[in-house]
Amino acid sequence: MADYPVLTAEHVKAGDELPELSVDVTATTVVLGALASRDWRPMHHDYKFATERNGVQDIFVNTPNQAAWFERYLTDWSGPYGRLGRVTFRMKDSVFPEDTMVFRGKVKEVETDDSGCSWAHLELSLSVGEKTVTTCTARMAIPASEGDNPWKRSGDQWKP
Amino acid sequence: MKEMPAEVESWIGQRLYETEGEFDVERGYIFTTCAAVENGNPLFWDEKAANDITNGFIAPPSMISVWFRPHHWAPNRTERALPLQVHFDLKEALDLPEAVMTDNTIVFGVPVRPGDRLKTWQVLKSVSDPKTTKLGQGRFWVIDVEYENQDGEWVGTESYTGFGYRRES
Repeated sequence: MADYPVLTAEHVKAGDELPELSVDVTATTVVLGALASRDWRPMHHDYKFATERNGVQDIFVNTPNQAAWFERYLTDWSGPYGRLGRVTFRMKDSVFPEDTMVFRGKVKEVETDDSGCSWAHLELSLSVGEKTVTTCTARMAIPASEGDNPWKRSGDQWKP
Repeated sequence: MKEMPAEVESWIGQRLYETEGEFDVERGYIFTTCAAVENGNPLFWDEKAANDITNGFIAPPSMISVWFRPHHWAPNRTERALPLQVHFDLKEALDLPEAVMTDNTIVFGVPVRPGDRLKTWQVLKSVSDPKTTKLGQGRFWVIDVEYENQDGEWVGTESYTGFGYRRES
């Protein structure tokens, strides 16, 4: 287990802040993310369609790609033993090329369920400048201590 | 506003649009997705890590809906396939031309692995009474999209809250 970074529940508490992640968005970021998620809709790769048909300033990051960014942000923090149980997104605005996305997060609560699984509840946000573009809450299983592995849980031992 | 049609009432709780993915879960898309967001999680890149931690390679959980997005083109396809078809059915049946998604929750079950062939279906959970928001008058609805693997194991549920509406004239 020591081969990989391990964040255990013993070392996480309510109020802990996750390190910020800042990403400069380019047209390639948007198009690569859309195609990786098999989203062929033109507002994610066609500038003229986005601006003339949708009336927005540019092509914009699609929702599944935002989910992938949030997952990456969470597992950067937890390490590979972190296992997502549940995420909820609320999209308020869009992310365009030349924006800088900033991901922030805070631990709201740490709890252990009746099967012994440790859960971190997190509140996350994606901002561009002063504007919050997306809010997200996540429930993520993390090892209770060294030697525990949430990925080994199944059936009634996994209650996401 | 149009009354709730009996047809829509009959959809609630039913398993609708059951379908199988058009292709097996594969590592090419996993790499492309990880590259798109610079995700270096060793579970997707390092075979030893994957074997030690997840008993083999898995797909990023957030990719769950990727495995069902239709090809942009396919031979002999005459109609464009739409994900979340129940959402579009509701717009039409309730005569609400505009719609937005307000919330999306994903709950994850058994990990998805390369080689899996997943199955999905949609369940309309609820349709609200008429509501007026700043967008216009309409109804909220909740649609669950269920996913399971070829062994019948639950791999996840996506829950969408939508608001279908008609703009104030």
